[in-house]
Amino acid sequence: MEGPINKIKISLDGKTIFAPKGSTIVEAARENGIYIPTLCHFEGTDPKACCRICTVKINNRLMTSCTTPIAEGMEIESNSAELNDLRKSIVELLFVSGNHFCPTCEKSGNCELQALAYRFKMLVPRFPYSFPRKEVDASSPKIIKEQNRCIACKRCIKTIRDEKGRHYFAYKNRGQHLEVVLDPVLGAAMPDDLARKAMENCPVGSILYKEKGFDEPIGTRKYDKQPIGSEIENQS
Amino acid sequence: MNKKIIATTSLAGCFGCHMSILDIDERILDLIELVEFDKSPIDDIKKFTQPVDIGIIEGGCCNSENTQILKYFRENCKILVSLGECAIMGGLPAMRNGIPIQECLNEAYLDGPTVQENHEHIIPNDEELPLLLDKVYPCHEVVKIDYFLPGCPPRADLIWNALYALITENPMEMPYEVVKFD
Repeated sequence: MEGPINKIKISLDGKTIFAPKGSTIVEAARENGIYIPTLCHFEGTDPKACCRICTVKINNRLMTSCTTPIAEGMEIESNSAELNDLRKSIVELLFVSGNHFCPTCEKSGNCELQALAYRFKMLVPRFPYSFPRKEVDASSPKIIKEQNRCIACKRCIKTIRDEKGRHYFAYKNRGQHLEVVLDPVLGAAMPDDLARKAMENCPVGSILYKEKGFDEPIGTRKYDKQPIGSEIENQS
Repeated sequence: MNKKIIATTSLAGCFGCHMSILDIDERILDLIELVEFDKSPIDDIKKFTQPVDIGIIEGGCCNSENTQILKYFRENCKILVSLGECAIMGGLPAMRNGIPIQECLNEAYLDGPTVQENHEHIIPNDEELPLLLDKVYPCHEVVKIDYFLPGCPPRADLIWNALYALITENPMEMPYEVVKFD
């Protein structure tokens, strides 16, 4: 089958699709109305591939589809029971490694981690809870950095910068002590729109805009009625 | 068909999950045709009077009494169901997990901003009181749990679907809207 000009042909879950050269597998799938789950990836930024949710199988090897560019004739497996169970176990590990108390969370209903758990029908994590002790940094007048819920996806580090390009957030420590922290000097004078954007870009409830929360009734929030990814699957 | 025997309890919970059981509305009339309640706060039966088919657990384990009751349920129930976030992951009481127990007690009885008139600096420690555990445990980390129904509280439709499936031994319907963590 000949495809459109400037597009290359790949096979995703046995279905032949076409996408522009240079796109990643996630982008190619999205363009064709197929959802591959992502979590740490934020559209418009360079993918980091740290959460591994987007893992697919190419030639029997596991690869992250947010970083892998498509190639002519590539055969990709994504929506299989095996891969979805692997993805589910990543979500479960994230749930037990932090303190994710959904009933008290301002982001509940709009949280991407929770939405992925709903999508993969997680009823209980298969791993023991670790209940780590974490601190809450409420020093900034505009936002709260809730470390209990942080999944260290780096989305805030990549997207929240001032006009000079300085980062508001940064990694601190290493390994299991890794934390995303707010720069105390820049955070003290954070503009309002940037604070709102930081909360929006955070996939979980780790960055909260101060003095406002729980303003959307249950039933009207983003993932109350429709699973995450259905906006891609339902397009045309 | 013989009626299935059901037992329920609330451990470290707020009874919200029990309220959600009542929230099945008029279907409670259908339920009572299908089941008989044994030990439960709903009928105030304190001890098991017969082997139970389905035991429903609300709340996690925060003290010695909770674990005793949970083990008592496991011994007497064929199927145990964790109902709600507290039974599944400890819930709000588990927010103390990660903080040393002495620190929690000091905050509650000695140093907290709302502590008044505890001039003798007493931390309750009577032998009649259940012993606090080092942290709040999810039920499945104490005994084997067969099924999990998340939610805070779990939606009434989820409870009804699960109970109906267990009673009639059919697969359970789980529409997207009814499985929620809040």
